[in-house]
This record gives sequence, C-alpha cells and structure tokens, in this order.
Amino acid sequence: MADLALNGLSKHYGDFYAVRDVSLAIADGEFLVLLGPSGCGKTTTLRMVAGFIEPSAGEVRLGGQDVTLLPPWKRNAGMVFQSYALFPHMTVAQNVAFGLEMRKLGRVDIDQRVEETLALVRLDGFGGRLPRQLSGGQQQRVALARALAIRPDVLLLDEPLSNLDAKLRQEVRIEIRELQRQLGLTTVMVTHDQEEALTMADRLVVMNEGAVRQVGTQRDLYERPADRFVAGFVGRTTFLGGTVKAPGRFRSDGGLALACTGGRPGRAVLSLRPERAMVGRAALSGLDNSLPGTVEFVSYLGALIDIHVRLSPKDRLVVQIANRDGGFTPEVGQPVHVGWPASAGQIFNE
Amino acid sequence: MIALLHRRARRWALNGAAAVGLGYILLPLVFVTWLAFFHQEIPSFPPEGYSLRWFAAILDQRKFVSGFSVGFQLAALAMVLGLALGVPAALCLARRNFRLRGPLANLLLMPIIVPGVVLGTAMYVFHVEVENGLDMDVIGTFYALVAGHIVIVIPWVVRLVTASLSGVDRATEEAAQNLGANPWITFWRITLPAIRPGIVAGALFAFVTSFGNLEMSLFLVGPGRTTLPIVILQYLEWKIDPTIAAVSVVQIVLIGTAMLITDRYVKLARVV
Repeated sequence: MADLALNGLSKHYGDFYAVRDVSLAIADGEFLVLLGPSGCGKTTTLRMVAGFIEPSAGEVRLGGQDVTLLPPWKRNAGMVFQSYALFPHMTVAQNVAFGLEMRKLGRVDIDQRVEETLALVRLDGFGGRLPRQLSGGQQQRVALARALAIRPDVLLLDEPLSNLDAKLRQEVRIEIRELQRQLGLTTVMVTHDQEEALTMADRLVVMNEGAVRQVGTQRDLYERPADRFVAGFVGRTTFLGGTVKAPGRFRSDGGLALACTGGRPGRAVLSLRPERAMVGRAALSGLDNSLPGTVEFVSYLGALIDIHVRLSPKDRLVVQIANRDGGFTPEVGQPVHVGWPASAGQIFNE
Repeated sequence: MIALLHRRARRWALNGAAAVGLGYILLPLVFVTWLAFFHQEIPSFPPEGYSLRWFAAILDQRKFVSGFSVGFQLAALAMVLGLALGVPAALCLARRNFRLRGPLANLLLMPIIVPGVVLGTAMYVFHVEVENGLDMDVIGTFYALVAGHIVIVIPWVVRLVTASLSGVDRATEEAAQNLGANPWITFWRITLPAIRPGIVAGALFAFVTSFGNLEMSLFLVGPGRTTLPIVILQYLEWKIDPTIAAVSVVQIVLIGTAMLITDRYVKLARVV
C-alpha cells in the first residue's frame, strides 16, 4: 500500500472540462470517497488514477512516484468495476490468478495466493465455478478478490455496489470497509449514493461540474457544508430564498422575518435541516424563530415522520420528527407552529 | 372466449405463413435429393427405381472431382485470408472512432449487395489492367481467383465479428489492463476468446459463400481450373441426368454437416 496524491488534475474535451484542477492527498490506508451526481467528474478522476484516461494537466503520484504517463498495465492499482468485468470464459480461480500471471509469479505461489484471497472474501471452494454460475454478490466478491490478489498500491472502487439489491448492499458496504481496515488498503471509491459514502468513508470529496466542492469528514460536510450545493447534496435540507437585511436578520421571499447567523447582506438562501426544526401546537418559546403555519403533507417513514409546513405563500419547510410514543403528530390541514434556533440555519449568499 | 379464439387464429396464421415459407425454401432441396436416387437416366416421374449409381458416376467424371478440389482449396484460402483481413477491420470499426468509419463500414459490406456478375466483370477488367501494367500472368490464375473470393468473403467476416464484438463488455478489457496485461495480451487472452463465436461463424459463412459462388467465379477461372458450381453449369448445358442431383446432394450434406458441427461449439442462431 502507498499514499496517493493528485496535483492539479484536469481533463477537458475541447471546451468542456470533465475534471477541473483537482488536488487531493490520500494517506496510506485511508478510505476516500468521491461523491457527486452523475457527470460531476468523479469517475473521470478515478479513471485518470487507473490510467485509462490521460489527464490534460496535472499529475498523479502513487507512493511518491509520478505515474501520470504510465499506461494502466504498468501501475499497481487494483480496480473493481461497476459491471465487475469478470472474464466470462475463465473460472473464478483463473480470474483471480490473471493479475498474478501477468506479474510472472510461479504456479505454486499463484495457487496459494488465489486460495488465500478467495478465503479472504469468503469464496473458498468456488474457484472452479464460472462467473455466470455465481450470484451478483458473489461476482462482486470475485471482482474484489481479483483486485486484491495483486496486492495493489491503491484499491479503486467504481460504484462497486450499484448492481446489488438494497439489502445486500448494506451488508457488503460493511464487509468491504472492514476488509479495507484489516488490510490497511489505500482506497478511493466513487459513488453517487450518499448513504453509501457516509457509511464507508474516512473522508469524503464532494464534486460537482468537474470541480471539488468540499473535502472533509461526514460531520464536516453535514454540519458545515461549504456551499449551497454541498448542503443540498449531503443529507436533506430545505432552502428558503430571501435576502440578508443586516447581520442576523433574514427576510424570506414570502416576507418572513427570521433570525439567522452568518452571511453577508444581499441575496441568499437559508438552509435548514429538517430534524433541526421543531413543531408544536402553540408558539414555541425559547427559540429564536417561531412561526405559525399549516401542515400540507405528512410522510410517515416509520421511525421518522416528515411534516411539510406552509409558512407563507412562498415558503414551505420540511420538519422531521421522531416517531415517539405520545408525541405530537400533526395532521394535514392542521395549524401548527414551527421553530428553530438561529444557529440551526445556515446562510449561503448567492 | 372470443379473445382466446382470436389468439389461436393468429397463431395458426403465423405458423401457416412460416410453414409456406419454409416449404418454399426446402422443396427444391427435397426434390434434388429425391432425384439423386432415381435409377433412370432421363429424370421423369414416377421413378422407375432407385439406385446409388449417380453417386458412383461423380467419381468417374474427373471434372467434378477436380472442381471440388479447386473449390475446396479456393474456399479454404479465401476464408483464412478473409479472416486475416476482416477480423482486424471489424476490430477497427467497432473500437475506433474515426471520420470515415460509417462509409468504410458500408464499403466493406458492399460486395454482398453488388450483383456477382457486376463484381465479376469489374474484377476481370481490373485483372486485364493489372496484367498489362505489370507484365505478368494474372487473368485466370488461381491466385487472382483467390483474390476475388476474398472480396466476397470479407463482408461476412466483418459483419459477424462486429456483431459479436458489440456483445463484449469493454470493461473486461480494461480490467485485464488494470491487472497488468498490455494491449496485445489483452487481445489474445480476453477479446479473442470473447469474439470466438463470431469468428467461427464468420469463417463458416466465408467458406460456404466462396465454395458456392458461381457468377463472379465465371469471370475469373482459367482453363482446366474451374470450381464445382461452374462444372455443374457446364455439365447441364449438354446433359441432364441425375449426376448433377447427386453432386448437389453431396454439397448439401457437406455444408449441412459443417453447420451442425459448428453449431455444437458456437450457437449460430446467437451470432447470425
């Protein structure tokens, strides 16, 4: 294993920048997740690390060595593809052995390493099967074993779980994460699934339109999003459009006067996480903001309940409450009061 | 109830149409095969008796044997060279994006569309020009014939290999490179096994196309070196006896066997 550094990495096709000036340092043994909507450049970035795409500018350093111009077959990076990309005409063992044969290991060493690696992903005894005889989850583990067998300097995961069903995905997330910790693998994963990203990562990189918007831990991104995009992409939030009139005073487009923190005077949006607001029958005391409204929609999610409250003709807020015994659960059409402390909201100037 | 009857009627209509189509294709083959076993020399119905004498008669006619042998060598050579040219062409068309890709793809399929007589004439004129220009024997030589057949064989190879290439997951090739295989090893160990069905089918169709070609070959064969279809045609000009039918049956059986054997390894229905 080794550390990985991307310095000013860019890729453009004509005028279109798929990736723009991405610089990241991934420590030895760290699990970094590139998160973003489709087309944000995360896959292009990963493919530049693997060597499938030649960067227009910048460099990729693996273990201190500049590998920017090395072809994929000369980089020691193990990749798990979204489609798994198993060789259909080879058995599981032959698939896993392929990279070792390319490294010219002896037959005895290869067989031993294949056996070890298959045991690592709990596929002992499956070596003689063909990929099409395996379930999706098993195929995914073969793909992982094949990438791990070569003892890569860095493990690259390209949406590795997107072809699994929801329940299996949750298990595999944890399995991969535990394996990664146990082996101390420097790992870069690409995903558009934020829950997956939050579960697995040491650190996350949120990308949009080819550029890095924020790098940080789960807590950093959720509590202190760098901009409106990150606030909207990581976790859920309600945006109220309006204007910062003076420090601490926000006026929404619907005419609500709200207390807030931060932000410069001018056009802005107020972002409020649904679980940070409270809802009650009467005005809420002790909160900086308490506003009357009408319940327009209630979405029952089991442990949680989402309540959409109309505060003014132009302002609607989502409040999430825990489904507790004897708790207040408003109904559609009911007049309620919604409140939150000024520090719960966040201002993003436009 | 009415819906059920409707569905049944529709199925009968479909099956009936398919049966008529199939019968139309198979009937001549059935009659040719039947005729090959007639005893009498002048084909007439009903047969006066059955025998295998016409199959034995094939071997007495040196022309048939030599036509078969020339045709076989020709088809084998055209097939091998057609593969050598067609497979890389198909790879290039399927994998590279270049400006003249569309026109080039159409060009490579053209020989199927152009009538054999036109192709033969063009080829002949070309050979005359080359012979005059280079001052060497071209017209009527075996290699000129092979060169002509390569042209009609390439479309099949390109078409079938391209079709099987489109079913190959590009990510498997990337995976191989990611694991340390250079492009050359990737091709031999990953791509080639994946497109083998297309290559086998392409080879089979190439062989059959070449072996059965009449129109173009008429222009290209030299004296004493003709292919089986031409021998059959020439024989028919002055004699009608069931020998021709027997020759045809031998051809049908050979090609049919080749298809069945191929189908055991590669499901032809899946690639064609």
